[in-house]
Amino acid sequence: MSPRYSMAVDTRRCVGCNACVIACKEENALPPGAFRDWIATETKGVFPHLQQEIRSERCNHCARPPCVRVCPTGASHVNAGGTVLVSPRKCTGCSACITACPYDARFINPKGYADKCTFCLHRVKQGQEPACVASCPTRALAFGDLGDPQSPVARALRARTPKVLKAETGTEPHVFFTR
Amino acid sequence: MPGVTRRQFIRIGAAGTGAAALASGLATRWWGLDGHEVTDPQTGGDRIVPTFCDVCFWRCGVLAHVKGRRVTKLTGNPKHPLARGRLCPRGYGATGLLYDPDRLQRPLVRARKRGEEVFEAVSWATALDRVAEGMAKIRDTHGPEALALFSHGCGGSWFSQLMAAYGSPNIGAPSYAQCRGPREAGHSLTFGAGLGSPEAIDLENARVITLIGSHLGENMHNTQVQDLAAALGRGAELVVVDPRFSTAAGKARYWLPIKPGTDIALLLAWMNVIIDERRYDAAYLEAHASGFAELKGHVADRTPEWAWPLTGLAPELIRETARFIAGARPASLIHPGRHTTWYGDDTQRARAMAILAALLGSYGRRGGYLSVGKMKLPPHPAASASARKLRPVADKPKAGGFPFADETLAQGLRAATIPGTAAYDIKGWLVYGTNLLYSLPSQAETLHAIDQLDLLVTVDVLPAESAGWSDGVLPECTYLERHDVLQSVAYKQPFVALRQEVVPPMYDSKPGWWIARELGRRLGLGAAFPWASATEYLQARAQAGGYDWSELQQTGVVLGRPTATCEEEGLKLTFGTESGTIELTSTALAKAGFDPLPKFYPPDDPPPGSFRLLTGRAPLHTFSATSNNRLLGECYPENEVWVNATVARSLTGFARPLQTGDRVMLVNQTGVKSGPVTVRVTERIRGDCVFLVHGWGHTAAGLRRARGRGASDSALMTAYKTDPIMGGTGMNVNFVRLEKAEVRA
Repeated sequence: MSPRYSMAVDTRRCVGCNACVIACKEENALPPGAFRDWIATETKGVFPHLQQEIRSERCNHCARPPCVRVCPTGASHVNAGGTVLVSPRKCTGCSACITACPYDARFINPKGYADKCTFCLHRVKQGQEPACVASCPTRALAFGDLGDPQSPVARALRARTPKVLKAETGTEPHVFFTR
Repeated sequence: MPGVTRRQFIRIGAAGTGAAALASGLATRWWGLDGHEVTDPQTGGDRIVPTFCDVCFWRCGVLAHVKGRRVTKLTGNPKHPLARGRLCPRGYGATGLLYDPDRLQRPLVRARKRGEEVFEAVSWATALDRVAEGMAKIRDTHGPEALALFSHGCGGSWFSQLMAAYGSPNIGAPSYAQCRGPREAGHSLTFGAGLGSPEAIDLENARVITLIGSHLGENMHNTQVQDLAAALGRGAELVVVDPRFSTAAGKARYWLPIKPGTDIALLLAWMNVIIDERRYDAAYLEAHASGFAELKGHVADRTPEWAWPLTGLAPELIRETARFIAGARPASLIHPGRHTTWYGDDTQRARAMAILAALLGSYGRRGGYLSVGKMKLPPHPAASASARKLRPVADKPKAGGFPFADETLAQGLRAATIPGTAAYDIKGWLVYGTNLLYSLPSQAETLHAIDQLDLLVTVDVLPAESAGWSDGVLPECTYLERHDVLQSVAYKQPFVALRQEVVPPMYDSKPGWWIARELGRRLGLGAAFPWASATEYLQARAQAGGYDWSELQQTGVVLGRPTATCEEEGLKLTFGTESGTIELTSTALAKAGFDPLPKFYPPDDPPPGSFRLLTGRAPLHTFSATSNNRLLGECYPENEVWVNATVARSLTGFARPLQTGDRVMLVNQTGVKSGPVTVRVTERIRGDCVFLVHGWGHTAAGLRRARGRGASDSALMTAYKTDPIMGGTGMNVNFVRLEKAEVRA
């Protein structure tokens, strides 16, 4: 069976330090102002009764990716392990995918194409974890094949009730968040 | 294909028969399943060089990836005990310093008045001649001890060697009296040993972790944050005492939003509950501690009800948390904090925390405070040979004081620069790796002292404010461009680490070892620097310690044998206090005329309409040193002032309720005004204080990215309260009001 790459983010461990963000920028040589992952902080309540969740977020590599559906050139596509990628050569930079993505996960690279998280597939193919996962000082991120019960991501999600972002959009994200 | 619906069309495509589908965008998925290559950004290095980080004092092991002469990325060294393969964002972002276009590129000598930042770029020979001349003149006129070195970072050791050879004992770092000093003194007085760095605490195995004003997770002490996360992952619980709902508070079982400056009242009340309900470790105290009867009497009436109006914390909450903390003993860690210079009574607060830890029996126990070993690393033979008898340090007032300071007081050296203040006057400053206008409170006092100087020389990477006031500026290369030091670190896994050159120095910058040696040679002190290169020096030291030089070069680190760190591992507890016990009641303090047990003295309240100015850290920045880093700046471009949401709605002087994104100025109690800063209206802070991340609002012209961004807490800290016990400068004693920012022309 082909793998289904997924990620689990442990929001209890994450301190929102942005190590994943800087490491991603370096790993992928992203231009200034461009991010493939980012930190979201959500605070609820009124002083002094507060709750907070910190999330390292990125493209959700959805099983039903609206970005792929709307892409007129076929640049946005589903690659190995269900990873949603963009082929720069085929992308015209029309931005339809950016509009379609409910997670605001994409941007136009100054070189003229839509850009986003690749799950660091270039690393994964060499047996390495994505840069954000490998870099995280709190080990809040787990990655691997969801179908393999021994994979870090499957282990991270075991006996937990994870949530996905904007489940109501029906995109079937494959980045999961646990508390 | 007449009559084919969209749905059918896709099905046909997906079945792989749709030659016609190729012409349409609807074929996306079908087409996408093959023919797409995965592009590799090619940032993996052709060479990978191990070294250790210099973006903060934690010094994690780094693997630097290099392509050609360019550092493409930095990763954590898996073999380095403080990194464990992972860095904090600042560590990853150090390329932003290496490739900062504002770096000091050539030696500079002052061309106009000090502080005008007008310099002439000169050759190294000219710059070194001028600086050495100035140093020789001080030595000849006033004696060598009239030169002081302010230093931060381990590269300062080269200049310490220069000072030893030159003949001055006056070496100070703001990391003591402006930072961790009180807690070192508090621990020494109680347990007979300080905490050092990295702190010997067992976060990883703690079941309850209590943070008193520490915002671990926002201060990214890498290994500690790793351990904190591991502990949380294992089910450890947090108790967080902080006027601000910190990141850690967001993960805590209990958040105690304490009134600023009243921590000692809470600590006494906690002790009251723990003693009153006999929740302390009686056997441990019996075996190891002295002064329990006095302590018991001292806190007998310090009930949660007593602490309530002082701290703003409900008695039930104090009681419940006291029981919760005691319930996990001895693996109940009272985190000692790091930046502990807040109110001027900080040693006593550190004492109260240490005493509480003793009641929990957590000192020397798993999940508490550990005892850690260090590998031997003898000094270089030449360096030790050059040491001569030096005069006492001039960091205390003539009349004395601060009897429990165990390191040099940086602000004391500043004071000694004002003639007649100390035993003798300081006439020259060498400043290495610290921006004194940002690291010492009261910029006015710093500038007044600078005014008295015969010589001010800065060795640094960036043209920060201190450099702007200097007579000579010597551009050092970044840590990635230099061999530097060998470092032996006391840690549960002891190790020796090497900092080595990853890429050659850019521009006309030079490594510290070279600068110090060249100055030494010009001062006739060449004998103290007999090495032709840093590698020669480092190799000699590695050899003297019996370490494999090539292993150090290849892996960046050599591991030692761990020793017993706690009773559970067979450690026998000993205490370096005068009595050889844990001194719950301090005889040393009593003898020196201080309170032998911590007492609560109420802090001043903010004047009406003002707020106490609290400061802290953001995970992406180190002090004021990284605010020009363009890479880190992308995620955290400038500080904001945190204002309580209820306060923001009712603030006078504003036409409408203050909102996030509004721009204001902060005006302190003496009328000092910050630059415009963005407001962050939040429920996450009490209404009697505001919060700024330290290190912003730069004024130096050369910091083209950082200049004018955010507000400078350093400029607003005109007041400070000096801890009479050890000389720490309490800086949370300034008050600010908010004014609408003037519209810029």
